[in-house]
Amino acid sequence: MSSAAVLEKPPVTAPAPLPPSLPGRPTAGAAAPITLRVDRLNLSYGTKQALFDVSLDIIERKVTAFIGPSGCGKSTLLRCFNRMNDLVDGVRLDGRVLLGGQDIFAPAVDVIELRKRVGMVFQKSNPFPKSIYENVAYGLRIAGVTSKSQLDEVVERSLQRAALWDEAKDRLHDSALGLSGGQQQRLCIARAIAVEPEVILMDEPCSALDPIATAKIEELIVTLREQFTIVIVTHNMQQAARVSDRTAFFYLGKLIEYADTGDIFTRPANPQTEAYVSGRFG
Amino acid sequence: MSESHLTQSTNPGTRLRQIFRRGDHLLWMSGGAMGLAMLLIAGLLGLVFVSGFTYFWPHEVTAADRADGTKLLGRITDQQPGHRDAGGQVIKTAQIQFRIGNRELYGFDFVWVPTAELGNFRTLPDVVQLERQEYGDFLGFLKRVESADGARVEGPAGWDLLLSRQPVARELAARASRLQRDDIGAVNYQIQKAKLRLTVAQRRAGPNGRVPSELQGAVDAELSRLNADYERLRAESAALLKQATAWQAVFTTIDGQEKKVPLASIVRAFRPNAMTVTEKVRHYLSRAAEFVYGEPRESNTEGGVFPAIFGTVMMTILMSLVVTPFGIVAAFYLREYAKQGPVVRIVRIAINNLAGVPSIVFGVFGLGFFVYFIGGGIDRMFFPEMLPTPTFGTGGILWASLTLALLTVPVVIVATEESIAAVPRGAREGSLALGASKFQTILKIVLPASVPGILTGVILAMARGAGEVAPLMITGVVKLAPEMPFDAHFPFLHLDRKFMHLGFHIYDVGFQSPNIEAAKPMVFTTTLLLIGIVILLNLAAIRLRDRIRKKYQTGVF
Ligand SMILES: Nc1ncnc2c1ncn2[C@@H]1O[C@H](COP(=O)(O)OP(=O)(O)OP(=O)(O)O)[C@@H](O)[C@H]1O
Ligand SMILES: [Mg+2]
Repeated sequence: MSSAAVLEKPPVTAPAPLPPSLPGRPTAGAAAPITLRVDRLNLSYGTKQALFDVSLDIIERKVTAFIGPSGCGKSTLLRCFNRMNDLVDGVRLDGRVLLGGQDIFAPAVDVIELRKRVGMVFQKSNPFPKSIYENVAYGLRIAGVTSKSQLDEVVERSLQRAALWDEAKDRLHDSALGLSGGQQQRLCIARAIAVEPEVILMDEPCSALDPIATAKIEELIVTLREQFTIVIVTHNMQQAARVSDRTAFFYLGKLIEYADTGDIFTRPANPQTEAYVSGRFG
Repeated sequence: MSESHLTQSTNPGTRLRQIFRRGDHLLWMSGGAMGLAMLLIAGLLGLVFVSGFTYFWPHEVTAADRADGTKLLGRITDQQPGHRDAGGQVIKTAQIQFRIGNRELYGFDFVWVPTAELGNFRTLPDVVQLERQEYGDFLGFLKRVESADGARVEGPAGWDLLLSRQPVARELAARASRLQRDDIGAVNYQIQKAKLRLTVAQRRAGPNGRVPSELQGAVDAELSRLNADYERLRAESAALLKQATAWQAVFTTIDGQEKKVPLASIVRAFRPNAMTVTEKVRHYLSRAAEFVYGEPRESNTEGGVFPAIFGTVMMTILMSLVVTPFGIVAAFYLREYAKQGPVVRIVRIAINNLAGVPSIVFGVFGLGFFVYFIGGGIDRMFFPEMLPTPTFGTGGILWASLTLALLTVPVVIVATEESIAAVPRGAREGSLALGASKFQTILKIVLPASVPGILTGVILAMARGAGEVAPLMITGVVKLAPEMPFDAHFPFLHLDRKFMHLGFHIYDVGFQSPNIEAAKPMVFTTTLLLIGIVILLNLAAIRLRDRIRKKYQTGVF
């Protein structure tokens, strides 16, 4: 972790001038601070191109939803934001992703620091086979925190924020694998927010859950918006409409339309978007 | 027609086709193969169990008359039926095998006698069987017990006296030999060390130099003190021995020869034909205990195998201590860090195929590399004053363990690699997404999750290593080790020492001993013990694995 490699955490710098080709319409507050800026990103897995010239801005403390038919590149784009694609062999990309104005693909960037600032919740809940407490404390422990009182405090606060405290407080030292699916997913959210990231990426966090658990997570997302910038991938139109402020529609690796959620669902500019959100294809 | 689809056809051709379609023939084949394998294993274990477990049981001793008027006393150990050809001509006569004992009188333990020459079979209640310190078993009848100062006791009183005096005499003899081995051994050790100090000083002073006189004086004083100790202990031990051999028993064999046996050299005396079942059980247990805890006698064909048990267990544990970290580290490198490609694939194939290399080849490698190269190097660097007598430059338990570790490391590597690969990707990604480095993820997520699989590999490696004999024969196992690799002398653990091993013991007793027929049951018993030890070590490792697995599942670390 050399100092050069650490992404420093600046207050949002004045956004660079938007490329003219940006397909999104400006939001209501045009001066909204931008957390993540994707700038003409192309990505291919080997010879297969998965993202074509994608440019968009993720706005701070808003929920941004990615929608689109299966295989259109939503997860791929999401996994660019914390460089999880680094783990895949044969990925090539060009273009830039700026986090607080800094290119996260720059060679000097420390991936570990990046991932501490950009947390992720996966489609399939993946608690570690450890106790509930250790799951939440994991991020801090690997960052070198050993103080018991600090860990206790963070675990409690994170579980509370993930709306899991009441259910888990009596069994903190039991295995996390004994939780229900929905509880496990909330645990994963608690684990992600324990390290105080700026951005939380969620890849279909409710796809394996029943409606009640889904409702709980959605409620949680709405409250988390106060503190975090959230990007969520979902196949559920109602969910996107309920929880998100901004929605991006992708099709075959291209960003088709990006606008306020209300606009996307009520008066989409693009006929493909309209067809998709009204359920006529996809 | 529509109903006939649901019932089985009676047409044989159709039935056969149905059978093939359902895959029943494959089911039968795999079931049959498994049954055959089980049968062979059960047969092997059954043979070992039956032969191994009955060895200590006191068997009935039979007396018989031969046609030529001589008499025979012994245990019937085998019978062969006769054969005649179609014309009634005898091709092979029926015969009976007796274990007659009394090796020093007859020259052999066993005789085959044609059944036709034998008659008047009887079991005499007063037959005495002796298990002796030397010459194996004795069979005969007690005549009297006598002492060096002329006391003589005959008849039933003599037998009672024998039974009461024998343990005393044996205890005295044991004390004498302990004195010999431990106390005199310790004095010898100190004498050697004192002399060594002189040698070292001499060498340091150079060929023309003189040893400092105060050192010379100190060593001389110490040596004279030690020599006095030595003489005193020698006298003490001789006195004990004289006391121990004061009583002896006089026996007659069935053919009238007289034989004197000092009580101290009788390990056990019993009358097999007059024993009750309780007495037999007690006899059995006492012999089994001696077998496990005792020292070998009679070039390993009698007595116990404790040093071999100890050597086997210690070598297996040493080997596991080496092979486990080594195998784990190698597997993690291969799976997590090495760039997957043709090189890694070749390495992996090579590792898998190491299992096909004859184990003796590993032994040769161990001898050349560990013993001569590394051991020789250690000797030249650290023990030059001992040369040309090698310290580490000769076979020893450390080198044997390392050789076996090399032999079994593929097992651990393969098992570890497989269990690493089985760790769900979600867990890894979850850890990485929280900002853990690859190393932290491996240490905190992947390693704990693969511990059960790794331990399975270690268990297999232990089982393989504990039963291996060939490579040990040239890297440190001996027929009879004078000292154990672990004892009361500093530094307690003597990794340079040669050791005994049950597997080698089996080979040695079964194929190298002068009296193979007599040693045969011992082979089975030792095999049984070796299997028992391997199972025990495995059970310990399995328990450990289950505890870790449970811990891992409940996640309380
Ligand atoms: N590891 C990979 N290797 C090769 N191709 C991949 C890989 N991951 C994704 N792809 C391809 O990239 C394209 C985009 O995949 P991605 O997972 O981003 O789709 P998605 O929009 O998330 O779909 P879904 O809604 O089904 O999750 C797909 O065509 C997919 O086949
Ligand atoms: Mg996806």
